[in-house]
Amino acid sequence: MLSLNKVSKSYKIGTFGGKDLVAVRDVSFDINPGEVVSLIGESGSGKTTVGKMILKLISITRGSISMDGTDVSSIQGSAVKPYYRQVQGVFQDPFSSYNPIFKADRVFELIRVEYFADMVRSEWNDKVEAALRAVTLDPGQVMNKYPHQLSGGQLQRLLVARALLLDIKILVADEIISMLDASTRIDVLNLLADLKSRGLGILFITHDLSLGNYISEKTVILRHGAIVEMGATEKVFGRPTHPYTRLLLSSVPQLHKKWATIEAELPSPIGDGKGCLFHDAYPSAGRSVVPVPDEPTLAKIEEDHYVGCFGLDSEKATTQAA
Amino acid sequence: MSLQVSDLRVYYRTLAGDVKALDGVTFSVADKEIMGLAGESGCGKSTLGNSLIRLDGRMKYIGGSVKLDGADVPIWDDNEMIPFRFREVSVVPQYAMSAMNPTRKIGKMVSELTESRGLRFRDIKDELDRRIDLVGLDRDVLKRYPIELSGGMKQRVVMVISTLLDPSLLIADEITSALDVSTQRAVAETLVSFRDHGFVKSMMVITHDISILYQIADSILIMYAGKLAEKAATSTIIEKPLHPYTQMLISSLPEVGVRYRDKKLAGIPGSPPSLLDPPTGCRFRARCPLAFSKCVEEPSFVEVDTDHSVACWKVAGADA
Amino acid sequence: MTAMTGTAAEKSPSVDDAGNVPAPAAKRARGEFLFFTLRSKKFLISISILLFLALVAIVGPMVDSTDPLAQEMLPMRHPTLDPGNWFGTTYFGEDVFAQFANGLRASFFVGFLGGGLAAIIGMLVGFLAGYRGGWVDEILNMITNVFLVIPTLAVLLVITSYLQARGVMFEAIFIGGTSWPWAARAIRAQTFSLRSRDFIDLAKLSGRPGWKVIIFEIAPNMSSYLFLTYILLFGGAILIAASLDFIGLGPTGGMSLGLMMYSAVTWAALQLGIWWWFVPPGVGIIATVGALYVMNVGLDEIFNPKLREM
Repeated sequence: MLSLNKVSKSYKIGTFGGKDLVAVRDVSFDINPGEVVSLIGESGSGKTTVGKMILKLISITRGSISMDGTDVSSIQGSAVKPYYRQVQGVFQDPFSSYNPIFKADRVFELIRVEYFADMVRSEWNDKVEAALRAVTLDPGQVMNKYPHQLSGGQLQRLLVARALLLDIKILVADEIISMLDASTRIDVLNLLADLKSRGLGILFITHDLSLGNYISEKTVILRHGAIVEMGATEKVFGRPTHPYTRLLLSSVPQLHKKWATIEAELPSPIGDGKGCLFHDAYPSAGRSVVPVPDEPTLAKIEEDHYVGCFGLDSEKATTQAA
Repeated sequence: MSLQVSDLRVYYRTLAGDVKALDGVTFSVADKEIMGLAGESGCGKSTLGNSLIRLDGRMKYIGGSVKLDGADVPIWDDNEMIPFRFREVSVVPQYAMSAMNPTRKIGKMVSELTESRGLRFRDIKDELDRRIDLVGLDRDVLKRYPIELSGGMKQRVVMVISTLLDPSLLIADEITSALDVSTQRAVAETLVSFRDHGFVKSMMVITHDISILYQIADSILIMYAGKLAEKAATSTIIEKPLHPYTQMLISSLPEVGVRYRDKKLAGIPGSPPSLLDPPTGCRFRARCPLAFSKCVEEPSFVEVDTDHSVACWKVAGADA
Repeated sequence: MTAMTGTAAEKSPSVDDAGNVPAPAAKRARGEFLFFTLRSKKFLISISILLFLALVAIVGPMVDSTDPLAQEMLPMRHPTLDPGNWFGTTYFGEDVFAQFANGLRASFFVGFLGGGLAAIIGMLVGFLAGYRGGWVDEILNMITNVFLVIPTLAVLLVITSYLQARGVMFEAIFIGGTSWPWAARAIRAQTFSLRSRDFIDLAKLSGRPGWKVIIFEIAPNMSSYLFLTYILLFGGAILIAASLDFIGLGPTGGMSLGLMMYSAVTWAALQLGIWWWFVPPGVGIIATVGALYVMNVGLDEIFNPKLREM
């Protein structure tokens, strides 16, 4: 089980690194084996940053990440290699994920050289074939080809197969189908659901709510680096409570319902990064949310459903306003 | 106004030969109609949109005609098209919002554009201001640089500029793809308001996202591998599609509310054919579950119901 | 069109309608490469010139084993077509052809070694600075800048005043050690742009340590660029060596093209009309360096499909 605890990431910007740009703020959630967690957010929400921190491609500024109880936040260098046997990632652009001058199956060779150098060649070939079949690819069609000779869907599935070679427990899928055609997306999505049923834990990062709803058990909604709502998928989608979640759901173009009339112009992130980012604007339900100096913590509104909103965390709101 | 496209063929020149990106399409767009053009990669929708306004160096006009209100649009001749562009036919190209000169203020960019068309900026300034208000932007956006605006704001600025001269036909190429969900809606609704206000007579909205089309388009044209598959009113395409490709496409779209364990969606196995050497007969034949013997002959795009055309033997009847 | 969304507001290009061309198989891609190589006039002409000169440099001194510095006590000879006298003799009776062939050999040697050294240093500094970034980059940048502004001529003058004898090796090492900064800059820039690509992240996720990523992922992707850089360094080294020799800062013994020019000018060959003394080395230098640069342009066209004349 992968566990994030108040993970934050900030960058130093400005001359002499005076100012702080907070990309991710106090994000905490778990990914259990056999479950898909959707991390939903728009551009600039920090969702890719969270994914890269889990994959240890970006360092963590504060907070901790633990895998099966062991803290992995600060491991570096060669200590990271065993971690990669448990956690792997697949990225958005299938054509950018492959070194264009080499053949596509070289990604398997990289794994072999680093992790299975002692394995006999024939045993390795069997392992690769098994992994390919697990992702419904025909070895004859995809081995020994250059990336530009394969389709986006095949390339993405090849990357999943690569991850499976390591017998991983957690897969970070960062927008892996957004660059694929509608007709191939579903196949890759169904593949993820299939892997989930075999015990893999998946972090499904996306901006597309319908995909998140289709495939995940838990949903985490991120805005400007902080969690605004999270919980069991049916509950988050069935009873969206945070104004931002409601805005997203109302803006998604649906196939059988015309856009209802909700209008909202959300403010851009305020420079000081303090306080609830909606405190200036929100037109919701007549509730006046008092500006407060720090972020709302996640309030539990029902079993498996948390919202970051002072309007709900009423105790805190009143004490601060006082 | 109305647009009539007849057997249009546009190929791309490549080292390996001619890519038959648009291989004989015939359709029409009525006055005040917003027609959506949808399809997957390589279907030819962008080629179609682009060829109506400018054939770039790689594109080769092979044949067919385009008529706007009965008059021929000379798409094969770059120079002859000049009076048409921006006035009769205008386009919001893909990535337009990223293509604004970063060193020019928006207002300066607009004035340069209009001056190059022989209009004095003073003359159109008032109308420009009115339209900027209409799309929900602040007037001082003209004094800003592109980098100061958000994606949604840039897209709306580009839309205002493209429709400044009230073109008869507006071609919008993937204008919502690069935007966040929350701004997509605003931009898409702006497009409709342009039609409602009469700034534009008709529109062709090119996108891969059929759900956006459901929200704003009156009719949808589905393309596959350089040919037309189906055209009908939006609700018909979504609820009662006839072409097997359309049916499979619609049913592969996950909607909010549909969950994997309740209803497992299915994709379309295989991939679109190469347009360098396209297969004979119906191009969807290899992936179609309903393919039968007649499909080795190319089906014609025929009207099977009022304003509903399909290119499929199974639908039109084997003797159509 | 492929579906487009992403984390940043500006998107990467989608697959083109025209992109639905069956990509050439690996064999065909290499064949296409060769096809363009053989078609490029620039490349063919320049490589012929270089090969010819290289042949002269290697074989020449073996065929004509006259000592280039041996002086004959006979009157100066004009060039004739007799074997052993193709380029005539100098004022002092030295065989010009022998000088030319040996000089060419020395020039090629300096180009090869000097250029090679500069390339190696440039790659080390460039890759390291570009890949690691941060303070490693800052320090290496500082070093690069220092080397850029050093007045190499002044340094050379100081060094030569301490060394009694200098060989070609010294000259090559000196040139190699001072002409690498621009290469380091260029390689660093390219490395920066490749570093953020997804396949580098994937290599890291496969447990590859940094140095392996540079050697096996980044460098192969830049191989044509590295090759072209070497060619430019090679040509540059020859040119610098010729200039240094010409002002007398070259090797103390041996022969080189620049030295021939130096002697020719010192002994007023131009005024006396002894054209066969300075024309061969001049043409030799121009031909070598010019051919190298033209070959560079030709190769650039071959490697970069966008520059090809369709």
